[in-house]
Amino acid sequence: MTLTAQADPDIRPLIQPDRAKTTLYTDPEIFSAEMRKIFENTWVWVAHASEIPNPGDFKTGQVGPHPVIIVRDRKGAVHVHVNRCRHRAATVCEVSKGRTNSFVCPYHGWSYALDGSLRGVPYEKGYEGSLDKSQFPLRSLRVEEYHGMIFATFRKDIGPLVDFLGPAKKWIDLFMKQGAGYPVTTLGEHKFRFPGNWKIQLENTTDAYHFPLVHKSFLTATDKETQASLDMLNKGGFVEDLGNGHSVMVMIPELIDLEDNLDAPIPEKFKDLAAELAKDHGDIEVRRIVRAVGGSGFNLNLFPNVACSMAFFRVLQPISVEETEIRHIAIGMKGGPAAGNRARMRLHEFFQGPMGFGSPDDAEVWDRVQHGAQGDHDLWVMLNRGLATESATAEGHRRSDVSAETGMRAAYAQWARMMAV
Amino acid sequence: MTTQPITLDEAMAFTWYEADLLDSAQYDEWLTLWTADAHYVVPIEPGATDFENSLNYAYDDHTMREKRVSRLRSGLSISASPVPRTIRIQSRFRLLKSDADGCDLRCAQILTEFRRGRERNYTADVEFRLVRDDEKLKIAQKVVRLINSTEALTGIGYIL
Repeated sequence: MTLTAQADPDIRPLIQPDRAKTTLYTDPEIFSAEMRKIFENTWVWVAHASEIPNPGDFKTGQVGPHPVIIVRDRKGAVHVHVNRCRHRAATVCEVSKGRTNSFVCPYHGWSYALDGSLRGVPYEKGYEGSLDKSQFPLRSLRVEEYHGMIFATFRKDIGPLVDFLGPAKKWIDLFMKQGAGYPVTTLGEHKFRFPGNWKIQLENTTDAYHFPLVHKSFLTATDKETQASLDMLNKGGFVEDLGNGHSVMVMIPELIDLEDNLDAPIPEKFKDLAAELAKDHGDIEVRRIVRAVGGSGFNLNLFPNVACSMAFFRVLQPISVEETEIRHIAIGMKGGPAAGNRARMRLHEFFQGPMGFGSPDDAEVWDRVQHGAQGDHDLWVMLNRGLATESATAEGHRRSDVSAETGMRAAYAQWARMMAV
Repeated sequence: MTTQPITLDEAMAFTWYEADLLDSAQYDEWLTLWTADAHYVVPIEPGATDFENSLNYAYDDHTMREKRVSRLRSGLSISASPVPRTIRIQSRFRLLKSDADGCDLRCAQILTEFRRGRERNYTADVEFRLVRDDEKLKIAQKVVRLINSTEALTGIGYIL
């Protein structure tokens, strides 16, 4: 008997630099190949350090289809373990977050330390001394962290995280300035699913073109200053390819660096917040907090599964070829003024999540993409907007106007590189 | 303003009325059911009580409730065009407390939404803080605790 190797779909006829076939959204074989070739072969975001601040703190998650546990051990090191007992495969944890001293399999009681080592096996004498526990730790992924963003990979031999992030690091540095002098901490999350392929959401993070139309309901509900600020197609923004599938879309150029222009007038919409903060904080700190409260003026899309999106982390988790889970993780100031964090949470609730004034409209159009993608698989998804005006920056990055599909082209180029291997 | 305690019958009849207004899209009337400083809350964490200092799915004061109603009516929101049809059932009412200041009522709510060929269900404990204001009952707080609030939801383009 011979084992048949899992057939790899030939992706060459399906993708060009400026277009992709809709089967990329609909073909289960392509999805299966993506889980292996992409999610098992690169750095995948798993947590923010503030989600597991203390020894023993853990959360569960996924890397591609693999259930994982992200845990901080007694010495403070973060581990990412495959959530699977080495005996007969049961998960050793089904709690989404918490604090523990160990992970014990509920089936036969094998117990693992926080670092994944196998500590206890009930009725061990049944193995007649043949069980070498050192050979059966939880399977652990490689873990690296940048600015509190924790990534994991199954690959021992790929380059370090900092090399993978490359030019995106500068934008992560800028994004974290919204702590306004305090460490950035997560403040909770909105989690929702839509019936569509994960790449539809991946594209959307650097899609300014849809904003005035899909989010007209949100824009109508907000104030004049916010409308002016979010008039993103007319503010001189840009999209830039940062390599390795990453890209940045600058929607509000004046909010690239939150520490610039601190002496600018405080917007009318934040006057009450500023007055409240001024009771306990000096003028410059008030200005720093207020300027950062709505987040950075850009979306940084990190291939394949996370974005630093204005004022929150957007995390996507493929569930199946036609289902995707999205988390919008709110962030704020650790130890910062409660009024500032409250303002951030109210802004988050306003737009994000299943009951926000923005996300449900996004989810609706993505749902429509998945439905429409069932129609005539010979047609192309066009990704050529802004190609004609694209130029290279001094660093050699492709850049075009804010409504260009440059970020999508960057993501699909990385997709094609990884899928062709 | 009378301070006669609210009875279970009164409270039930009132929340059924509110449920019917939402299912039949009578939003103007619905907006008048609230006290001026009331909040409509859909929390995330089970057992949460400090809603103001927590991230919620919805934490609506009067202005936000008005915006939510406008969104349902404007035709500008693609997820609310058309607005999903909803039918909600409330039962298992329990008056947790009732005194001269008002009452705390808890009930079960099972809601079915239907839109674009899809039927979905949301089940919740609903907690009402009701007060008597000029002989009429008013909502001082409504908290919708979804049974699956910590799991992934789908877009909810209506009022729970």
